[in-house]
Amino acid sequence: MLRRTFLGLLGGAGALAALPATAGAAGKHFGPHPDTMAVLFDATRCIGCRQCEKACNEVNNLPAPEKPFDDMTVMDTERRTDDKTYTVVNKYATEKGGVFRKMQCNHCLEPACASACFVRAFKKEPNGAVTYDASVCVGCRYCMVACPFSIPAYTYNDPITPRVVKCTMCSPRLAEGKLPGCVERCPKEALTFGPREEIIKIARARIDAYPDRYQHHIYGEHEMGGTCWMYLSGAPFSEIGMREDLGTTSAPELTSGALAAVPMVVGLWPVLLGGIYAVSKRNQKVANAEKVMAVKNALTKASSEAEKKLSEELKKADVANKRLIEVEVKKAVEEALSAKDEDAASSEEES
Amino acid sequence: MSTVEHASAQRKSLFTPFNIVAAIILAAGLVVTVMRFTGGLGAVTNLDQNNPWGIWIGFDLLCGVALAAGGYTTSSACYIFGLKKYHAGVRPAILTAFLGYALVVFALGYDVGRPWRLPYPIFVQQGTTSLLFEVGLCVMIYLTVLFIEFTPAAFEWLGFKKIRNIVVKMTLALTIFGVVLSTLHQSSLGALYTIVPSKLHPLWYSPYLPLFFFVSSICAGLSMVIFEGTLSHKPMHHLMDKEYLDNHDGLILGFGKGCSLILFGYFAIKVIGLAYDNNWHYLATGYGAWFLVEILGFVALPSFLYAIGARDRNIPLIKWAAGLTVFGIIVNRFNISMVAFNWQLPSQLRYFPSWGEITISLFVVTIGVLAFRFISTRMPIFYEHPDYKGEH
Repeated sequence: MLRRTFLGLLGGAGALAALPATAGAAGKHFGPHPDTMAVLFDATRCIGCRQCEKACNEVNNLPAPEKPFDDMTVMDTERRTDDKTYTVVNKYATEKGGVFRKMQCNHCLEPACASACFVRAFKKEPNGAVTYDASVCVGCRYCMVACPFSIPAYTYNDPITPRVVKCTMCSPRLAEGKLPGCVERCPKEALTFGPREEIIKIARARIDAYPDRYQHHIYGEHEMGGTCWMYLSGAPFSEIGMREDLGTTSAPELTSGALAAVPMVVGLWPVLLGGIYAVSKRNQKVANAEKVMAVKNALTKASSEAEKKLSEELKKADVANKRLIEVEVKKAVEEALSAKDEDAASSEEES
Repeated sequence: MSTVEHASAQRKSLFTPFNIVAAIILAAGLVVTVMRFTGGLGAVTNLDQNNPWGIWIGFDLLCGVALAAGGYTTSSACYIFGLKKYHAGVRPAILTAFLGYALVVFALGYDVGRPWRLPYPIFVQQGTTSLLFEVGLCVMIYLTVLFIEFTPAAFEWLGFKKIRNIVVKMTLALTIFGVVLSTLHQSSLGALYTIVPSKLHPLWYSPYLPLFFFVSSICAGLSMVIFEGTLSHKPMHHLMDKEYLDNHDGLILGFGKGCSLILFGYFAIKVIGLAYDNNWHYLATGYGAWFLVEILGFVALPSFLYAIGARDRNIPLIKWAAGLTVFGIIVNRFNISMVAFNWQLPSQLRYFPSWGEITISLFVVTIGVLAFRFISTRMPIFYEHPDYKGEH
């Protein structure tokens, strides 16, 4: 491996430590922008004519649907947004009779899709729209997993240029000073477009004016940290296919804890692991030293004992030898003496 | 049987049952590959607008990464915790981890819409608010680290002494770096799901998901080393040297003991997670029964079996516990990514994998096994190279 490549990798590790810090500072919040626009959908006004669906299809140049927009039988089954549709209207049987509810991207103030996207393909525009840039999209579909409203769709049958499909809040039209296609077309004023602050006031005014007609809740004011599409309904929201258990915590807040832990691990783990290594190595060294010392001591003890024994043996041997010599000498002397005696005796006999 | 005799026997019997099955899977995989890249994801998968992630994420990514955790667990046991007696187990574990991660990335090439853009999040535009960015960055760096950790075996095989010695000197730094990266991406895989409290069943959703994934990955790694050592023991026996074979039972006992303890800790934090969110009442539901099967049958039970196995020095029991743990980790990752995900949708809108998806997952595993066999029968994986004996 080239030295430069390795250094580059180390740099990458450094970046790893630095990145989440910047993410925490700059990326935790995508909005809200002060002049965020919003749309109010009033389910008590919607007659399910599907004109909004048709307008959306036209202004966004989406492919023609299988069944025409004046075919109302499509509402017999609950539909969702898909790779050919940015918005659908569903019909729900409720305690207040049949109620229609439009569904499209809610353009969250803190979008889950934008927070989840690892290539920043989603952007929260100052006008409130959450837009998508297919030119960088890898196609991991984590945005679809993350979206609490299950809105983004994917062109699964496109092998070369598959992409995510979702409502843009007609961001290009807003830039031209036009209304979103669906809002412009709605014949019953079930859709109201305006600055988000104003829209909330309008919604609250309607609830105050007709407290018996409405649920006393503006759906989207706080859900998932707040959205740019908000809803009024006569029937409970759960009866018109809207989750009431989403809570008010925005998606980026849900993951901020896990992200915040990353730089801590990068900082502390090497110290902890290096410490464990040092302790285990030292333990081993001490254990080895003790072993060596023990062997040495044993050897010294053994050798001194052996020496002692040897000298004792030698001493014993010495004594034995001395006695042996004494005996031998004595014997020799005795022999010599007796020989002398014999000589004397024989000479006596001879003489 | 001597090595020479064995090698010639292998050459003669290329058409072993294993090779035939592998060839069939590879052929089927190639067919599905062509379909996937000519017809798009829709042509071979059951993915839809409600279920954007299937088994290519649930198995190939989540299980693949968890089961490749043997690399960092074994190398840190040996080099950081100073348990030198596990040295012979490091190379097989590193090789498995390297192949595992390489195949995870390979499999992602099937799952993402435009795989040629996989480097985009790192080199073109960084989505630093995303936990998937964190996973991607760590997996990319860790794959490189694992590759470097693996290279000494290749260099010994090739006879590149000098560079081999340089890499070996970096062992401790690489090991620590590897543990940091593994901690981060193992936990971040769990953290991916912290963004969907509304879609994941409360029994599996927890703010502690990152911790659950990290701790269970240690169990997965230790168990996988035991499990895989058992699998490769027979076919690779002729390659294993005295050090490997002498230490094998010791490694199984030691890892079994460790895994018993960590599984116990994992069980404890799972229960604490349950208590933290006060989700006890869900235990009385159908999902609750399945949750109990998971944490009693695949966490508490193997922890207990490991403990008995370690106490009685019962090697076969430890091996069974390892198999159970590995299976349990797969069950857990499947539960989080598929079974308990989108639990509120009516059954006709739920996901079930297609044959095409299953084929590709089998295809990827088969490539992994074949690559492991190819490398471990050529390079010094189960034995020490004679030139470098006793150097550690």
